[in-house]
Amino acid sequence: MTTTAPSAESPGVPSSARRRLAAALHRRPRLRLGLLLAGPGGWLFLAYLGSLAILFLNAGWSRDAFTGLVKRDWTLNNFAELVTNPLYRTVTLRTIGMAVAVTVTCALAAFPIAYYMARVASPRVRGLLVVAVLMPLWSSYLIKAYSWRQILSGDGVLNWALTPFGLHGPGLDIVGLWLVLTYLWLPYMILSVYAGLERIPNSLLEASADLGGRGFMTFRRVILPLAFPALVAGSIFTFSLTLGDYIAPSLITTTQFIGNVILSNFGVPNLPLAAALSLIPLVVVTIYLLIARRLGAFEAL
Amino acid sequence: MGSRTGRAFLRVATGAILFFMYVPLALVVIYAFSDSGSSAWPPTSLSLKWVEIAIANTGLRDAFLTSILVALGATVIALVLGSLAALAVARHRFFGRELVSFVVIFPIALPGIVTGMALSTTFATTGLPLGILAIIVGHATFCIVLVYNNVIARLRRTAGSQEEASADLGADSWQTFRFITFPALRSAMLAGALLAFALSFDEVIVTIFVAGGVKTLPIWIFQSFRLANQVALVNVAGMVAILLSVIPVYFATRLTQDTGAVGRT
Repeated sequence: MTTTAPSAESPGVPSSARRRLAAALHRRPRLRLGLLLAGPGGWLFLAYLGSLAILFLNAGWSRDAFTGLVKRDWTLNNFAELVTNPLYRTVTLRTIGMAVAVTVTCALAAFPIAYYMARVASPRVRGLLVVAVLMPLWSSYLIKAYSWRQILSGDGVLNWALTPFGLHGPGLDIVGLWLVLTYLWLPYMILSVYAGLERIPNSLLEASADLGGRGFMTFRRVILPLAFPALVAGSIFTFSLTLGDYIAPSLITTTQFIGNVILSNFGVPNLPLAAALSLIPLVVVTIYLLIARRLGAFEAL
Repeated sequence: MGSRTGRAFLRVATGAILFFMYVPLALVVIYAFSDSGSSAWPPTSLSLKWVEIAIANTGLRDAFLTSILVALGATVIALVLGSLAALAVARHRFFGRELVSFVVIFPIALPGIVTGMALSTTFATTGLPLGILAIIVGHATFCIVLVYNNVIARLRRTAGSQEEASADLGADSWQTFRFITFPALRSAMLAGALLAFALSFDEVIVTIFVAGGVKTLPIWIFQSFRLANQVALVNVAGMVAILLSVIPVYFATRLTQDTGAVGRT
């Protein structure tokens, strides 16, 4: 910490104009609040919620097949296309299925390490493990996905390691993608579950043991229910990030997910249809967030 | 799981997960020094060949500098807006307070592709140009939450009573902020800024939609996947990208050991 003592300016004799301004702000907390909120509120409501509104507006427009220009009369045609075209239904269900599968494997893989961090490791080891989980989380997403492409490729390290056992890896296919997405979002789940497990008071576990609860009984009846909101909080990330990803799918597989379909319509091909398609992940995640809030995940975030 | 077998299982599982998490990162570093430039394993010989070629590549260097510029711009905006929002939510009671804390989180809770599409259609519809400013606007929008989370966690731990005491002793609002509030927040703001920098430096999902023709480092890497004469440089560029996000995050964790706000987003 550096010194906080005044050097050039003396705190005792402020300029009178500044002092009057400060006094005015102090007497008017509403004005002070307004000044604090004007920047961030304006930015988020205009730049973000405003953009979402314009996205919705675009979703009702259409692309003129002859001129290639966007026609600005709002119809439900694009939405009807989303519902009736079986391709979009298949891709949507496939993407949601992948998001659910990735979330489940992340939860299963995260629990043991999170439990070890929160309830077994010494404080020093715990600190090191938190940093050890944070580093991969913040490492370049693109490079992690690309590294997996190298690992899973035919002459890559996974097949090299498995060949002596007469096995081979999942390859660059949908199972490989499931593994890669689990890898990419696992740290989010670990940190979330860790935070939830750390909050459970020891006295509850002792009480369970006093009442005759064995290890597994305590786990199932005490730990799991108390950690569940944190698990759901972590699943918001694993679910939402899988749903919106288009880079890992395009690197690992040739199978189409919602993100790939949006990107392939983006820009010149058909921007209004891309806008309508991107409302699918928006709606699915919003529903997921509402369910998560009911399950108490927001208090565990 | 107090039993000895239980602990042994947890220890093995923890080790296995850490191995799983670090092998892909280690491979990027090994491949960066691999002579052949292909993904065939094991590499036949190691050298600095591709590192030297990467340093000499002007496209890669320009992309790297663009990413630094974008990350700095987004960080400054996020730092100001995130701190202001945190001060408003933590120190005031007002109608719509819950809404503000929800809207701040929204850009990072929604899939990036939605944010990217929303910003991109907005720029197309209003006729504003895509490019470096558009990227900075996009990045700043989802970086605000990182600063906000760190600052609000610190504000909740530092009692408002210190600020009241300062006022009682005759300090005006500005002096209280300058000598009481800001020193308490300084390291949390720095931690949030470091995270914002790291996130912006790596971001690609939103960036692709708003970049126009501008190449940030992740976009350069993304396009190189399909260019035969550049793909061998990807691992070198990736090594730099990993270091430039991991180093700020490491310092951010050191700055916020009291609140642990780094991992919460």
